[in-house]
Amino acid sequence: MSPEFSEQTKKAIAEIVARYPKKEAALLPVLHAAQREFGYISRATEKSVAGLLEISPAKVHEVVTFYTMYNRQPVGRYHVQICSNLSCSLLGAGSLIDHLSEKLGIQPGETTPDQKFTFSLVQCLGACEQAPCMMVNFEYFGNLDTPKIDEILDNLE
Amino acid sequence: MEDKAISHFFKQDGAHTLAFYLNQNGYEQAKKALKELTPEDLLNQVKAANLRGRGGAGFPAGVKWGFVPQGGDKPKYLCVNADEGEPGTFKDRYIMTYAPHRLLEGIIISCFCVGINTAYIYIRGEYENVAQRLETAIDEARAQGFLGKNILDSGFDLEVYVHRGAGAYICGEETALLESLEGKRGNPRLKPPFPASIGLFQCPTVINNVETIANIPLILHHGPEWFCNQGLPKDGGTRLFGVSGPVKKPGVYELPVGASLKDLIFTHAGGMQDGKTLKAVIPGGMSAPILKPDEIDITLDGDSLMEAKSMLGSGAVIVIDEDASMLEVLRIVAEFYSHESCGQCTPCRVGNPWIRKTVKRMAEGKGRRGDIENIRRVANNILGKTLCPLGDAAALPILALTEKFKEELETSLSD
Repeated sequence: MSPEFSEQTKKAIAEIVARYPKKEAALLPVLHAAQREFGYISRATEKSVAGLLEISPAKVHEVVTFYTMYNRQPVGRYHVQICSNLSCSLLGAGSLIDHLSEKLGIQPGETTPDQKFTFSLVQCLGACEQAPCMMVNFEYFGNLDTPKIDEILDNLE
Repeated sequence: MEDKAISHFFKQDGAHTLAFYLNQNGYEQAKKALKELTPEDLLNQVKAANLRGRGGAGFPAGVKWGFVPQGGDKPKYLCVNADEGEPGTFKDRYIMTYAPHRLLEGIIISCFCVGINTAYIYIRGEYENVAQRLETAIDEARAQGFLGKNILDSGFDLEVYVHRGAGAYICGEETALLESLEGKRGNPRLKPPFPASIGLFQCPTVINNVETIANIPLILHHGPEWFCNQGLPKDGGTRLFGVSGPVKKPGVYELPVGASLKDLIFTHAGGMQDGKTLKAVIPGGMSAPILKPDEIDITLDGDSLMEAKSMLGSGAVIVIDEDASMLEVLRIVAEFYSHESCGQCTPCRVGNPWIRKTVKRMAEGKGRRGDIENIRRVANNILGKTLCPLGDAAALPILALTEKFKEELETSLSD
Protein backbone atom coordinates (compact mmCIF):
# COMPACT_ATOMS: atom_id res chain seq x y z
CA MET A 1 0.00 0.00 0.00
CA SER A 2 1.34 3.43 -0.81
CA PRO A 3 2.01 5.62 2.18
CA GLU A 4 -0.21 8.69 2.48
CA PHE A 5 1.44 12.01 3.16
CA SER A 6 -0.05 14.11 5.94
CA GLU A 7 -1.76 17.36 5.00
CA GLN A 8 1.14 19.25 6.53
CA THR A 9 3.71 17.42 4.41
CA LYS A 10 1.57 17.86 1.29
CA LYS A 11 1.52 21.59 1.93
CA ALA A 12 5.28 21.66 2.50
CA ILE A 13 5.83 19.72 -0.71
CA ALA A 14 3.69 22.15 -2.72
CA GLU A 15 5.79 25.03 -1.38
CA ILE A 16 9.02 23.21 -2.24
CA VAL A 17 7.90 22.41 -5.79
CA ALA A 18 7.07 26.09 -6.40
CA ARG A 19 10.75 27.02 -5.91
CA TYR A 20 11.88 25.38 -9.14
CA PRO A 21 11.01 25.85 -12.81
CA LYS A 22 10.84 22.04 -13.13
CA LYS A 23 8.98 19.78 -10.72
CA GLU A 24 11.67 17.13 -10.87
CA ALA A 25 14.20 19.53 -9.29
CA ALA A 26 12.27 19.27 -6.03
CA LEU A 27 13.18 15.59 -5.69
CA LEU A 28 15.89 15.86 -3.02
CA PRO A 29 13.95 18.20 -0.71
CA VAL A 30 10.73 16.21 -1.24
CA LEU A 31 12.57 13.02 -0.26
CA HIS A 32 13.82 14.79 2.87
CA ALA A 33 10.21 15.72 3.68
CA ALA A 34 9.09 12.14 3.06
CA GLN A 35 11.83 10.78 5.29
CA ARG A 36 10.89 13.23 8.02
CA GLU A 37 7.34 11.88 7.89
CA PHE A 38 7.97 8.13 7.51
CA GLY A 39 11.48 7.78 8.97
CA TYR A 40 12.78 6.09 5.83
CA ILE A 41 12.15 5.83 2.11
CA SER A 42 10.43 2.57 1.18
CA ARG A 43 9.88 1.43 -2.39
CA ALA A 44 6.23 2.41 -1.92
CA THR A 45 7.27 5.92 -0.85
CA GLU A 46 9.51 6.14 -3.90
CA LYS A 47 6.46 5.40 -6.04
CA SER A 48 4.34 8.05 -4.27
CA VAL A 49 7.08 10.65 -4.71
CA ALA A 50 7.45 9.69 -8.38
CA GLY A 51 3.73 10.21 -8.85
CA LEU A 52 3.81 13.60 -7.15
CA LEU A 53 6.71 14.87 -9.25
CA GLU A 54 5.60 13.15 -12.46
CA ILE A 55 8.80 11.20 -12.93
CA SER A 56 9.45 7.48 -13.14
CA PRO A 57 9.88 5.43 -9.94
CA ALA A 58 13.19 4.22 -11.39
CA LYS A 59 14.46 7.78 -11.43
CA VAL A 60 13.51 8.24 -7.79
CA HIS A 61 15.14 4.93 -6.86
CA GLU A 62 18.31 5.95 -8.65
CA VAL A 63 18.51 9.11 -6.53
CA VAL A 64 17.57 7.44 -3.24
CA THR A 65 20.35 4.90 -3.70
CA PHE A 66 22.94 7.48 -4.74
CA TYR A 67 22.75 9.72 -1.67
CA THR A 68 23.75 8.33 1.71
CA MET A 69 21.29 10.29 3.82
CA TYR A 70 18.16 8.56 2.58
CA ASN A 71 17.45 5.59 4.83
CA ARG A 72 16.19 2.64 2.86
CA GLN A 73 15.24 0.74 5.99
CA PRO A 74 13.56 1.98 9.15
CA VAL A 75 16.05 3.49 11.61
CA GLY A 76 15.90 3.81 15.38
CA ARG A 77 14.43 6.85 17.14
CA TYR A 78 17.99 8.12 17.49
CA HIS A 79 20.36 7.82 14.59
CA VAL A 80 23.89 8.04 15.96
CA GLN A 81 26.32 8.88 13.17
CA ILE A 82 29.95 9.11 14.14
CA CYS A 83 32.63 10.51 11.87
CA SER A 84 35.33 8.04 10.85
CA ASN A 85 37.28 10.45 8.68
CA LEU A 86 40.78 11.81 9.22
CA SER A 87 40.59 14.70 11.69
CA CYS A 88 38.31 12.71 13.99
CA SER A 89 40.44 9.55 13.69
CA LEU A 90 43.59 11.49 14.58
CA LEU A 91 41.86 12.40 17.84
CA GLY A 92 40.62 8.97 18.77
CA ALA A 93 37.42 8.30 16.79
CA GLY A 94 38.50 4.66 16.38
CA SER A 95 38.23 3.81 20.05
CA LEU A 96 34.96 5.76 20.33
CA ILE A 97 33.50 3.69 17.49
CA ASP A 98 34.43 0.52 19.40
CA HIS A 99 32.93 1.98 22.55
CA LEU A 100 29.65 2.84 20.80
CA SER A 101 29.44 -0.64 19.31
CA GLU A 102 29.96 -2.22 22.68
CA LYS A 103 27.63 0.13 24.53
CA LEU A 104 24.77 -0.26 22.06
CA GLY A 105 25.47 -3.93 21.43
CA ILE A 106 25.33 -3.49 17.67
CA GLN A 107 27.71 -3.10 14.76
CA PRO A 108 27.80 -0.02 12.51
CA GLY A 109 24.80 -0.09 10.18
CA GLU A 110 22.60 -1.92 12.68
CA THR A 111 19.61 -0.94 14.83
CA THR A 112 19.02 -2.00 18.44
CA PRO A 113 16.20 -4.55 18.89
CA ASP A 114 14.12 -1.96 20.81
CA GLN A 115 14.37 0.37 17.79
CA LYS A 116 15.88 3.08 19.96
CA PHE A 117 19.27 3.47 18.27
CA THR A 118 20.73 3.07 14.81
CA PHE A 119 24.49 3.38 14.70
CA SER A 120 26.34 4.42 11.55
CA LEU A 121 29.85 5.40 10.55
CA VAL A 122 29.90 8.44 8.32
CA GLN A 123 32.42 10.51 6.38
CA CYS A 124 33.44 14.03 7.42
CA LEU A 125 30.56 15.96 9.03
CA GLY A 126 32.20 19.38 8.62
CA ALA A 127 32.89 19.94 12.31
CA CYS A 128 36.58 19.00 12.42
CA GLU A 129 37.47 21.71 14.94
CA GLN A 130 35.35 19.73 17.44
CA ALA A 131 36.85 16.36 16.52
CA PRO A 132 35.97 13.70 17.34
CA CYS A 133 32.37 14.46 16.55
CA MET A 134 29.06 12.75 15.90
CA MET A 135 25.50 13.56 15.01
CA VAL A 136 22.44 12.28 16.85
CA ASN A 137 19.59 12.85 14.44
CA PHE A 138 20.47 16.40 13.34
CA GLU A 139 22.19 17.55 16.50
CA TYR A 140 25.98 17.78 16.48
CA PHE A 141 28.13 16.73 19.43
CA GLY A 142 31.84 17.44 19.44
CA ASN A 143 35.02 17.04 21.49
CA LEU A 144 33.84 13.56 22.37
CA ASP A 145 35.35 11.05 24.74
CA THR A 146 33.79 7.94 26.24
CA PRO A 147 32.27 9.63 29.34
CA LYS A 148 30.74 12.34 27.13
CA ILE A 149 29.23 9.77 24.76
CA ASP A 150 27.81 7.89 27.73
CA GLU A 151 26.29 11.06 29.12
CA ILE A 152 24.73 12.03 25.77
CA LEU A 153 23.23 8.62 25.09
CA ASP A 154 22.14 7.92 28.67
CA ASN A 155 20.14 11.15 28.67
CA LEU A 156 18.06 10.19 25.63
CA GLU A 157 14.56 8.96 26.40
CA MET B 1 40.93 45.33 10.11
CA GLU B 2 39.27 43.49 13.00
CA ASP B 3 35.79 44.97 12.52
CA LYS B 4 35.95 44.56 8.78
CA ALA B 5 36.73 40.88 8.81
CA ILE B 6 34.23 38.12 8.09
CA SER B 7 35.19 36.39 11.31
CA HIS B 8 34.19 39.48 13.28
CA PHE B 9 30.73 37.93 13.54
CA PHE B 10 31.85 34.51 14.70
CA LYS B 11 30.75 33.34 18.10
CA GLN B 12 29.01 36.62 18.93
CA ASP B 13 25.60 36.21 20.51
CA GLY B 14 22.81 37.14 18.15
CA ALA B 15 25.19 37.86 15.24
CA HIS B 16 22.92 35.88 12.93
CA THR B 17 19.92 38.17 13.39
CA LEU B 18 18.90 40.94 11.03
CA ALA B 19 18.85 43.44 13.90
CA PHE B 20 22.50 42.71 14.71
CA TYR B 21 23.53 42.93 11.08
CA LEU B 22 21.70 46.20 10.47
CA ASN B 23 23.43 47.58 13.53
CA GLN B 24 26.75 46.80 11.84
CA ASN B 25 25.71 48.82 8.78
CA GLY B 26 24.41 45.66 7.22
CA TYR B 27 22.77 45.81 3.77
CA GLU B 28 24.21 49.31 3.18
CA GLN B 29 26.37 47.92 0.37
CA ALA B 30 23.39 46.22 -1.25
CA LYS B 31 21.55 49.55 -1.11
CA LYS B 32 24.53 51.32 -2.67
CA ALA B 33 24.81 48.68 -5.40
CA LEU B 34 21.15 48.73 -6.34
CA LYS B 35 20.67 52.48 -6.12
CA GLU B 36 23.95 54.06 -7.14
CA LEU B 37 25.97 51.58 -9.15
CA THR B 38 25.58 49.83 -12.47
CA PRO B 39 26.27 46.13 -12.99
CA GLU B 40 29.36 47.16 -15.01
CA ASP B 41 30.72 49.24 -12.11
CA LEU B 42 30.25 46.27 -9.82
CA LEU B 43 31.89 43.80 -12.15
CA ASN B 44 34.89 46.09 -12.55
CA GLN B 45 35.26 46.38 -8.77
CA VAL B 46 35.07 42.63 -8.22
CA LYS B 47 37.57 42.05 -11.03
CA ALA B 48 39.92 44.70 -9.64
CA ALA B 49 39.75 43.12 -6.20
CA ASN B 50 41.27 39.88 -7.55
CA LEU B 51 38.88 37.87 -5.45
CA ARG B 52 39.67 34.23 -6.08
CA GLY B 53 37.17 31.47 -5.38
CA ARG B 54 37.33 30.15 -1.83
CA GLY B 55 35.90 26.72 -2.55
CA GLY B 56 38.99 24.96 -3.83
CA ALA B 57 39.73 25.76 -7.44
CA GLY B 58 40.65 29.41 -6.78
CA PHE B 59 39.24 30.81 -10.01
CA PRO B 60 38.87 34.63 -10.06
CA ALA B 61 35.23 35.43 -9.26
CA GLY B 62 34.98 38.54 -11.43
CA VAL B 63 36.29 36.69 -14.47
CA LYS B 64 33.76 33.92 -13.88
CA TRP B 65 30.91 36.43 -13.70
CA GLY B 66 32.17 38.05 -16.87
CA PHE B 67 31.75 34.77 -18.76
CA VAL B 68 27.97 34.88 -18.32
CA PRO B 69 26.42 35.98 -21.60
CA GLN B 70 24.19 39.02 -21.21
CA GLY B 71 21.07 39.88 -23.13
CA GLY B 72 19.69 36.41 -23.80
CA ASP B 73 16.07 35.55 -23.07
CA LYS B 74 16.88 32.67 -20.73
CA PRO B 75 16.78 33.22 -16.99
CA LYS B 76 20.15 33.15 -15.22
CA TYR B 77 20.92 31.51 -11.90
CA LEU B 78 23.31 31.83 -8.99
CA CYS B 79 24.18 28.66 -7.09
CA VAL B 80 25.99 29.25 -3.84
CA ASN B 81 28.10 26.22 -3.09
CA ALA B 82 27.63 25.42 0.59
CA ASP B 83 28.26 21.70 0.19
CA GLU B 84 31.46 21.90 2.27
CA GLY B 85 32.30 18.22 1.94
CA GLU B 86 36.07 18.36 1.62
CA PRO B 87 37.31 16.57 4.74
CA GLY B 88 38.83 19.04 7.17
CA THR B 89 36.64 21.94 5.98
CA PHE B 90 34.15 23.68 8.23
CA LYS B 91 34.61 27.41 7.58
CA ASP B 92 31.42 27.98 5.61
CA ARG B 93 29.42 26.55 8.50
CA TYR B 94 30.75 29.48 10.57
CA ILE B 95 29.73 32.06 7.97
CA MET B 96 26.24 30.63 7.59
CA THR B 97 25.78 30.15 11.32
CA TYR B 98 27.03 33.54 12.45
CA ALA B 99 26.77 35.79 9.42
CA PRO B 100 23.91 34.55 7.23
CA HIS B 101 22.95 38.13 6.39
CA ARG B 102 26.48 38.89 5.19
CA LEU B 103 26.06 35.98 2.78
CA LEU B 104 22.62 37.19 1.69
CA GLU B 105 23.91 40.71 1.12
CA GLY B 106 26.69 39.25 -1.03
CA ILE B 107 24.10 37.25 -2.95
CA ILE B 108 21.99 40.34 -3.63
CA ILE B 109 24.97 42.32 -4.95
CA SER B 110 26.28 39.39 -7.03
CA CYS B 111 22.88 38.71 -8.57
CA PHE B 112 22.30 42.37 -9.37
CA CYS B 113 25.72 42.49 -11.03
CA VAL B 114 25.13 39.46 -13.25
CA GLY B 115 21.41 40.04 -13.85
CA ILE B 116 20.14 37.06 -11.88
CA ASN B 117 16.70 36.81 -10.28
CA THR B 118 16.89 33.40 -8.64
CA ALA B 119 19.61 32.07 -6.36
CA TYR B 120 19.88 28.66 -4.73
CA ILE B 121 22.09 27.96 -1.75
CA TYR B 122 23.09 24.30 -2.10
CA ILE B 123 23.94 23.22 1.43
CA ARG B 124 25.12 19.80 2.53
CA GLY B 125 22.30 17.72 3.97
CA GLU B 126 23.92 17.21 7.36
CA TYR B 127 23.80 20.96 8.03
CA GLU B 128 20.06 20.88 8.64
CA ASN B 129 20.24 23.26 11.58
CA VAL B 130 22.37 25.67 9.57
CA ALA B 131 19.90 25.45 6.67
CA GLN B 132 17.12 26.44 9.05
CA ARG B 133 19.13 29.43 10.19
CA LEU B 134 19.54 30.49 6.55
CA GLU B 135 15.80 30.09 5.95
CA THR B 136 15.10 32.33 8.93
CA ALA B 137 17.55 34.93 7.65
CA ILE B 138 15.90 34.82 4.21
CA ASP B 139 12.48 35.38 5.81
CA GLU B 140 13.84 38.31 7.81
CA ALA B 141 15.48 39.85 4.75
CA ARG B 142 12.33 39.44 2.69
CA ALA B 143 10.19 41.03 5.39
CA GLN B 144 12.54 44.01 5.38
CA GLY B 145 12.33 44.37 1.60
CA PHE B 146 15.88 43.15 0.84
CA LEU B 147 14.58 40.15 -1.10
CA GLY B 148 11.49 39.55 -3.23
CA LYS B 149 9.96 41.86 -5.82
CA ASN B 150 11.25 45.35 -6.54
CA ILE B 151 13.94 45.34 -3.86
CA LEU B 152 14.33 48.77 -2.22
CA ASP B 153 12.29 50.29 -5.07
CA SER B 154 15.09 49.54 -7.49
CA GLY B 155 12.98 47.44 -9.83
CA PHE B 156 15.29 44.49 -9.16
CA ASP B 157 13.68 41.17 -8.14
CA LEU B 158 15.47 38.35 -6.35
CA GLU B 159 14.36 35.13 -4.71
CA VAL B 160 16.81 33.04 -2.67
CA TYR B 161 16.09 29.41 -1.83
CA VAL B 162 17.94 26.93 0.34
CA HIS B 163 18.39 23.51 -1.22
CA ARG B 164 19.67 20.69 0.97
CA GLY B 165 21.88 17.97 -0.45
CA ALA B 166 21.67 14.44 0.87
CA GLY B 167 25.15 13.15 1.58
CA ALA B 168 27.40 12.99 -1.48
CA TYR B 169 30.86 14.57 -1.52
CA ILE B 170 30.81 14.77 -5.29
CA CYS B 171 28.00 17.35 -5.18
CA GLY B 172 30.56 19.95 -4.13
CA GLU B 173 31.91 19.69 -7.69
CA GLU B 174 30.07 22.43 -9.54
CA THR B 175 28.46 20.45 -12.33
CA ALA B 176 27.50 17.58 -10.00
CA LEU B 177 25.92 20.24 -7.82
CA LEU B 178 23.83 21.38 -10.79
CA GLU B 179 22.70 17.83 -11.52
CA SER B 180 21.79 17.37 -7.87
CA LEU B 181 19.85 20.63 -7.84
CA GLU B 182 17.91 19.38 -10.83
CA GLY B 183 16.83 16.34 -8.83
CA LYS B 184 19.32 13.81 -10.18
CA ARG B 185 22.27 11.71 -9.09
CA GLY B 186 25.34 13.91 -8.64
CA ASN B 187 27.17 12.82 -11.77
CA PRO B 188 29.49 15.59 -13.00
CA ARG B 189 28.99 16.93 -16.50
CA LEU B 190 31.51 17.12 -19.27
CA LYS B 191 32.97 20.63 -19.66
CA PRO B 192 32.67 22.55 -21.95
CA PRO B 193 30.01 23.78 -22.08
CA PHE B 194 30.79 25.63 -18.88
CA PRO B 195 28.00 26.48 -16.45
CA ALA B 196 28.40 30.19 -17.21
CA SER B 197 26.77 29.52 -20.58
CA ILE B 198 24.87 26.25 -20.02
CA GLY B 199 24.31 25.49 -16.36
CA LEU B 200 21.29 24.96 -14.15
CA PHE B 201 18.20 24.00 -16.18
CA GLN B 202 20.37 24.58 -19.28
CA CYS B 203 20.59 28.29 -18.42
CA PRO B 204 23.59 30.55 -17.73
CA THR B 205 24.71 29.94 -14.16
CA VAL B 206 27.25 31.32 -11.72
CA ILE B 207 28.48 28.94 -9.02
CA ASN B 208 30.47 30.43 -6.15
CA ASN B 209 31.50 29.25 -2.73
CA VAL B 210 29.89 30.76 0.40
CA GLU B 211 33.05 32.54 1.52
CA THR B 212 33.60 34.01 -1.95
CA ILE B 213 30.15 35.59 -1.96
CA ALA B 214 30.44 36.73 1.66
CA ASN B 215 33.48 38.81 0.65
CA ILE B 216 31.53 40.86 -1.90
CA PRO B 217 30.00 43.40 0.52
CA LEU B 218 33.51 44.03 1.95
CA ILE B 219 34.95 44.76 -1.49
CA LEU B 220 32.19 47.24 -2.14
CA HIS B 221 32.48 48.86 1.26
CA HIS B 222 36.22 49.36 1.39
CA GLY B 223 37.12 49.26 -2.28
CA PRO B 224 39.04 46.78 -4.43
CA GLU B 225 42.38 48.33 -3.61
CA TRP B 226 41.87 47.88 0.12
CA PHE B 227 40.79 44.33 -0.53
CA CYS B 228 43.89 43.53 -2.59
CA ASN B 229 46.09 45.06 0.07
CA GLN B 230 44.65 42.66 2.62
CA GLY B 231 46.15 39.80 0.68
CA LEU B 232 48.39 39.54 -2.35
CA PRO B 233 48.18 41.66 -5.50
CA LYS B 234 46.83 38.80 -7.61
CA ASP B 235 44.98 37.02 -4.84
CA GLY B 236 43.22 39.56 -2.68
CA GLY B 237 41.63 39.52 0.74
CA THR B 238 41.74 37.18 3.66
CA ARG B 239 40.98 33.48 3.90
CA LEU B 240 39.25 31.48 6.54
CA PHE B 241 41.55 28.64 7.49
CA GLY B 242 40.19 25.69 9.38
CA VAL B 243 42.75 23.94 11.54
CA SER B 244 42.03 20.46 12.89
CA GLY B 245 43.97 17.57 14.36
CA PRO B 246 46.05 17.42 17.56
CA VAL B 247 46.79 21.15 17.95
CA LYS B 248 46.08 23.10 21.11
CA LYS B 249 43.44 25.38 19.59
CA PRO B 250 41.70 23.83 16.60
CA GLY B 251 39.32 26.25 14.94
CA VAL B 252 38.74 28.72 12.15
CA TYR B 253 41.25 31.56 11.69
CA GLU B 254 40.93 34.47 9.30
CA LEU B 255 44.32 35.50 7.96
CA PRO B 256 45.50 37.43 4.91
CA VAL B 257 46.05 35.41 1.77
CA GLY B 258 49.80 34.76 1.87
CA ALA B 259 50.03 34.25 5.64
CA SER B 260 52.49 31.65 6.90
CA LEU B 261 51.34 28.04 7.29
CA LYS B 262 53.82 27.59 10.12
CA ASP B 263 52.39 30.60 11.98
CA LEU B 264 48.86 29.37 11.45
CA ILE B 265 49.68 26.09 13.13
CA PHE B 266 52.18 27.18 15.77
CA THR B 267 50.95 30.65 16.66
CA HIS B 268 47.25 30.94 15.88
CA ALA B 269 46.28 27.34 16.53
CA GLY B 270 48.59 27.21 19.56
CA GLY B 271 51.00 24.56 18.27
CA MET B 272 50.90 20.85 18.94
CA GLN B 273 49.08 19.41 21.93
CA ASP B 274 51.40 18.61 24.83
CA GLY B 275 53.44 15.51 24.16
CA LYS B 276 52.67 15.53 20.42
CA THR B 277 55.22 16.10 17.66
CA LEU B 278 54.41 17.25 14.16
CA LYS B 279 54.65 14.55 11.52
CA ALA B 280 52.84 16.01 8.51
CA VAL B 281 50.32 18.61 7.37
CA ILE B 282 47.57 18.40 4.80
CA PRO B 283 47.25 22.06 3.81
CA GLY B 284 44.02 22.39 1.80
CA GLY B 285 41.52 19.66 2.61
CA MET B 286 42.08 15.94 2.21
CA SER B 287 42.59 16.19 -1.55
CA ALA B 288 45.69 18.33 -1.06
CA PRO B 289 48.98 16.41 -1.22
CA ILE B 290 50.58 16.04 2.19
CA LEU B 291 53.56 18.14 3.36
CA LYS B 292 56.35 17.01 5.65
CA PRO B 293 57.44 19.26 8.56
CA ASP B 294 60.36 20.64 6.57
CA GLU B 295 57.95 21.80 3.86
CA ILE B 296 55.59 23.90 5.96
CA ASP B 297 57.60 27.08 5.99
CA ILE B 298 55.43 28.31 3.18
CA THR B 299 52.88 31.03 2.52
CA LEU B 300 49.20 30.21 2.26
CA ASP B 301 48.26 31.20 -1.26
CA GLY B 302 47.38 29.22 -4.34
CA ASP B 303 50.63 29.82 -6.19
CA SER B 304 52.98 28.94 -3.32
CA LEU B 305 51.16 25.73 -2.52
CA MET B 306 51.12 24.77 -6.18
CA GLU B 307 54.87 25.31 -6.30
CA ALA B 308 55.17 22.92 -3.38
CA LYS B 309 53.15 20.40 -5.46
CA SER B 310 50.19 20.68 -3.12
CA MET B 311 47.20 23.02 -3.07
CA LEU B 312 45.45 25.61 -0.96
CA GLY B 313 42.07 24.07 -1.78
CA SER B 314 39.44 25.00 0.77
CA GLY B 315 41.97 26.27 3.32
CA ALA B 316 41.42 23.24 5.53
CA VAL B 317 44.63 22.44 7.38
CA ILE B 318 44.79 18.97 8.91
CA VAL B 319 47.69 18.51 11.31
CA ILE B 320 49.08 15.00 11.78
CA ASP B 321 51.25 13.94 14.72
CA GLU B 322 54.00 11.35 15.13
CA ASP B 323 51.66 8.93 16.92
CA ALA B 324 49.57 8.61 13.76
CA SER B 325 50.24 5.69 11.45
CA MET B 326 50.59 6.77 7.84
CA LEU B 327 49.14 3.44 6.78
CA GLU B 328 46.01 4.39 8.72
CA VAL B 329 46.00 7.86 7.11
CA LEU B 330 46.32 6.20 3.70
CA ARG B 331 43.51 3.77 4.58
CA ILE B 332 41.18 6.65 5.52
CA VAL B 333 42.03 8.59 2.36
CA ALA B 334 41.51 5.53 0.13
CA GLU B 335 38.29 4.60 1.92
CA PHE B 336 36.89 8.09 1.47
CA TYR B 337 37.45 8.44 -2.26
CA SER B 338 36.36 4.90 -2.92
CA HIS B 339 33.12 5.66 -1.07
CA GLU B 340 32.58 8.98 -2.80
CA SER B 341 33.33 8.13 -6.43
CA CYS B 342 30.12 8.73 -8.35
CA GLY B 343 30.84 5.74 -10.56
CA GLN B 344 30.67 7.51 -13.87
CA CYS B 345 34.32 7.18 -14.99
CA THR B 346 35.90 3.73 -14.96
CA PRO B 347 39.39 4.70 -13.69
CA CYS B 348 37.89 6.33 -10.59
CA ARG B 349 35.06 3.82 -10.04
CA VAL B 350 37.32 0.78 -10.33
CA GLY B 351 40.69 2.22 -9.32
CA ASN B 352 39.71 3.72 -5.99
CA PRO B 353 38.07 0.57 -4.55
CA TRP B 354 41.08 -1.40 -5.78
CA ILE B 355 43.43 0.90 -3.87
CA ARG B 356 41.15 0.72 -0.83
CA LYS B 357 41.21 -3.09 -0.84
CA THR B 358 44.98 -3.20 -1.15
CA VAL B 359 45.51 -0.72 1.67
CA LYS B 360 42.99 -2.58 3.84
CA ARG B 361 44.90 -5.79 3.27
CA MET B 362 48.14 -4.03 4.20
CA ALA B 363 46.47 -2.71 7.36
CA GLU B 364 45.49 -6.27 8.25
CA GLY B 365 49.16 -7.23 8.17
CA LYS B 366 48.89 -9.06 4.87
CA GLY B 367 50.76 -6.52 2.76
CA ARG B 368 53.00 -7.91 0.05
CA ARG B 369 56.09 -6.58 -1.64
CA GLY B 370 55.04 -4.56 -4.68
CA ASP B 371 51.78 -3.35 -3.10
CA ILE B 372 52.95 0.26 -2.84
CA GLU B 373 54.17 0.28 -6.43
CA ASN B 374 50.84 -1.18 -7.54
CA ILE B 375 48.90 1.45 -5.60
CA ARG B 376 50.96 4.14 -7.27
CA ARG B 377 50.46 2.59 -10.70
CA VAL B 378 46.69 2.54 -10.23
CA ALA B 379 46.66 6.08 -8.83
CA ASN B 380 48.61 7.24 -11.87
CA ASN B 381 46.00 5.60 -14.05
CA ILE B 382 43.24 7.59 -12.33
CA LEU B 383 45.15 10.87 -12.51
CA GLY B 384 43.94 13.07 -15.35
CA LYS B 385 41.67 10.38 -16.74
CA THR B 386 38.32 11.36 -15.28
CA LEU B 387 35.59 13.83 -16.19
CA CYS B 388 35.77 15.73 -12.94
CA PRO B 389 38.50 16.59 -10.43
CA LEU B 390 37.53 13.80 -8.00
CA GLY B 391 39.87 11.43 -9.79
CA ASP B 392 42.82 13.76 -9.23
CA ALA B 393 41.60 14.57 -5.73
CA ALA B 394 42.00 10.88 -4.90
CA ALA B 395 45.17 10.16 -6.85
CA LEU B 396 47.27 13.16 -5.78
CA PRO B 397 47.14 12.66 -1.99
CA ILE B 398 47.68 8.91 -2.44
CA LEU B 399 50.70 9.51 -4.65
CA ALA B 400 52.13 12.05 -2.19
CA LEU B 401 51.58 9.77 0.81
CA THR B 402 53.16 6.76 -0.86
CA GLU B 403 56.11 8.83 -2.01
CA LYS B 404 56.87 10.81 1.12
CA PHE B 405 56.14 8.04 3.62
CA LYS B 406 57.21 5.06 1.54
CA GLU B 407 59.68 3.82 4.14
CA GLU B 408 57.12 3.76 6.91
CA LEU B 409 54.49 2.14 4.70
CA GLU B 410 56.99 -0.54 3.66
CA THR B 411 57.38 -1.68 7.25
CA SER B 412 53.85 -3.09 7.02
CA LEU B 413 54.79 -5.35 4.10
CA SER B 414 55.92 -8.94 4.54
CA ASP B 415 58.37 -10.52 2.15
